[in-house]
Amino acid sequence: MKKSAGQALHVAAPVRAWAQRFAFLFLVVAAFALMLLGKADTLLVERVRTTVTDAMAPVLAILARPVDTIGDMVEQAQELTELRADNAELRRDNERLRNWQAAAQKLEAENAALRELSRLTVEPGTRFVTARVIGDPGGAFVRSVLVNAGSRDGLAKGQAALTSDGLAGRVAEVGQRSARVLLLTDINSRVPILVGKGRDRAILAGDNTNQPRLLYLTPGSEIRPGDQVVTSGHGGVFPPGLPVGVVIQVDETAMRVQPFVGWAHMEYVRLVDYELPSILLPASPGQAQAPPGGASGAPSGAPR
Amino acid sequence: MNQNVWTRLDVVARGLLPFALTLFLVILAMVPFQVPGLSAVVPSLGLIAVYFWVIHRPDLMPAWAVFLIGVIQDLLSGAHLGVGTMVLLLVWLAVAAQGRVFSSASFMLVWAIFVLVAAGAQLLAWLFSSMIAGFILDARPLFFQYLTTVAIYPCLAWLFVQTQRSFVR
Repeated sequence: MKKSAGQALHVAAPVRAWAQRFAFLFLVVAAFALMLLGKADTLLVERVRTTVTDAMAPVLAILARPVDTIGDMVEQAQELTELRADNAELRRDNERLRNWQAAAQKLEAENAALRELSRLTVEPGTRFVTARVIGDPGGAFVRSVLVNAGSRDGLAKGQAALTSDGLAGRVAEVGQRSARVLLLTDINSRVPILVGKGRDRAILAGDNTNQPRLLYLTPGSEIRPGDQVVTSGHGGVFPPGLPVGVVIQVDETAMRVQPFVGWAHMEYVRLVDYELPSILLPASPGQAQAPPGGASGAPSGAPR
Repeated sequence: MNQNVWTRLDVVARGLLPFALTLFLVILAMVPFQVPGLSAVVPSLGLIAVYFWVIHRPDLMPAWAVFLIGVIQDLLSGAHLGVGTMVLLLVWLAVAAQGRVFSSASFMLVWAIFVLVAAGAQLLAWLFSSMIAGFILDARPLFFQYLTTVAIYPCLAWLFVQTQRSFVR
């Protein structure tokens, strides 16, 4: 009896070593399969990804809190030293802004009157969701952040993400209570924009550097450093006119834009739900037009 | 009997510690620290943890655990699925195959080898990512990430040694 057990052990050792080697090979093949899967079935991968992100969101939210607090404290200390200068500057700003406010009110009234005249379609309603940034994966190949709001807060893919400075990116993946925002600087980011006084159309394309490039600029358009860049609203994903950044480089190699957003200090982002009824609801003849934003009740509405 | 169950649970918990710690570091690397420029060069804490535990306690960092850590890291970071997993697995293989070299190695030697292993890992990550993207990706951020990873290794290794002494048996 004892002898056979010993013999079994003797045989088991090589078998075990072989099994271990086989297991490793299996894992390598599995990793390779995952790579292919990520390339082929992005929808499935995205679903798994959002599930994992959802599960990790509470942990990340807790970890991000003390960091936020320390950041705030440092900022407050810095502000204290510059209080006097800030105050003077704010006074000047206030005066300037009051002039702008008057101008804006005048333009608004004029705009309304002109709209009335031309019977322009009503601007779709916009709704904001504010979310906290809880994850910044970093790394060399991806520029994205995780936020602690998801589909239950009304987030959907494609929505614009803003900070107080300007456009930061768009919602790329949505989970139940978390979402991933693809930043303007990511290599996969493409945003239709308008440049300069001529409002020339172009695409703002990220390349993982802090200054995304301008592509497909309307031929013959003249842009120079300092020109403002705003979203164009083409494609119906982003509202038009969101501030994006300024042109900082124009030469043969590339045209680059410095975004307004301070990438290092993104604590909160606002996600803009820009409801375009004409796109969400397939308008077919004979069918009653649903009220704007009533997509949820329509069975024929695009899946969201 | 009851005593026995608790002792066993204790052993299991201590055995899981390297894996749990590695997972925690992977998540920690995701926290937005709001330091300008840090996000692009944040060190690969997962790589350091896997390297350390495979050398010092290969029994507590088996290949399947490395696979799991890699998949979670890929899913959380938004990087292409499988790339990080493959790189970590190959690091595991490289270290596990040379187990005898490390058994009597000094800290400096282990660190020096890590400098090489991390370079290989970053190079592989860059190759795989470029292949999947279909064009050559900018390697500069990766290089800076490599430098921070190598630089922070001694700090983490010290932390792991303390953990190993006090908790892992």
